[in-house]
Amino acid sequence: MVEKTFAGTIVNLNDEGYFEDMNQWNKEIAAEIAKEEGIELTDKHFQVLEFLRAKVEKGETLTIRSVGKSGIVDIKEFYQLFPGGPLKKSTKIAGIKKPTSCV
Amino acid sequence: MSNEKKYPLKKVCIICAKGTIEDVYAALVMTNGAVMEGIEAKLFFTFFGLDAITKKQMMKLKTSTVGNPAMRMPGGLPFPTLLGALPGVEAGVSAMMKNTMEKLDIPRVDEFMEMITAGGGEIFACKLACEMFGLEKKDLYDDVVDIITIGQFYEMADGEGTQIIFT
Repeated sequence: MVEKTFAGTIVNLNDEGYFEDMNQWNKEIAAEIAKEEGIELTDKHFQVLEFLRAKVEKGETLTIRSVGKSGIVDIKEFYQLFPGGPLKKSTKIAGIKKPTSCV
Repeated sequence: MSNEKKYPLKKVCIICAKGTIEDVYAALVMTNGAVMEGIEAKLFFTFFGLDAITKKQMMKLKTSTVGNPAMRMPGGLPFPTLLGALPGVEAGVSAMMKNTMEKLDIPRVDEFMEMITAGGGEIFACKLACEMFGLEKKDLYDDVVDIITIGQFYEMADGEGTQIIFT
């Protein structure tokens, strides 16, 4: 476990850079992590992030397919918003655990 | 922490030569999984694997109930090969498999291919096998990029960190 400061707040991350506690997250922190990943967050990004966080809170498994059916973005747009591994990147920015699904 | 140098995969070229549900899905899961991870992916269908991208057949894939020793009854009892040969059994078992997959949020063949292409993965058909089965581009699913030779497929595997996988 590592401690890292984003937007003036100390957060606990695992070795891969994912949040240990999703409650430590806020939008300013998200923007800073996104910058490290080379992504400038827009409203659309935040809608996806909130959708992912809500899913996790309900204890549901995250899949690319479910994001595609969210009504926020289709799968192609999801790849465009978070290029090079959308589910991995979006969950890191959303302050939740790395998803373990294969689809 | 290990200091061993790692060489992450950058591209996978996957070949699917069989047309059963499990063979096709193995190829689709691996291809989509690569795309999800940000790995460039090319998927090449040949021989009976072509059923997976043939418009008329792709939604009617089946799993074989004969000659499959890993096949079991619900509950775990052995599945006799002779039972698998009865009319309708193959269709019933295949329907059950598809049902279970739907519950696990595993998409249908066409939707899976849409997901792969939406992420930048590319799907190809084997020229020789298409000639054998009398298939043309118009018979194939719209997301199929092209009918190509195996030589052209190998040319795609030219980058560093590339693997060819035959399912």
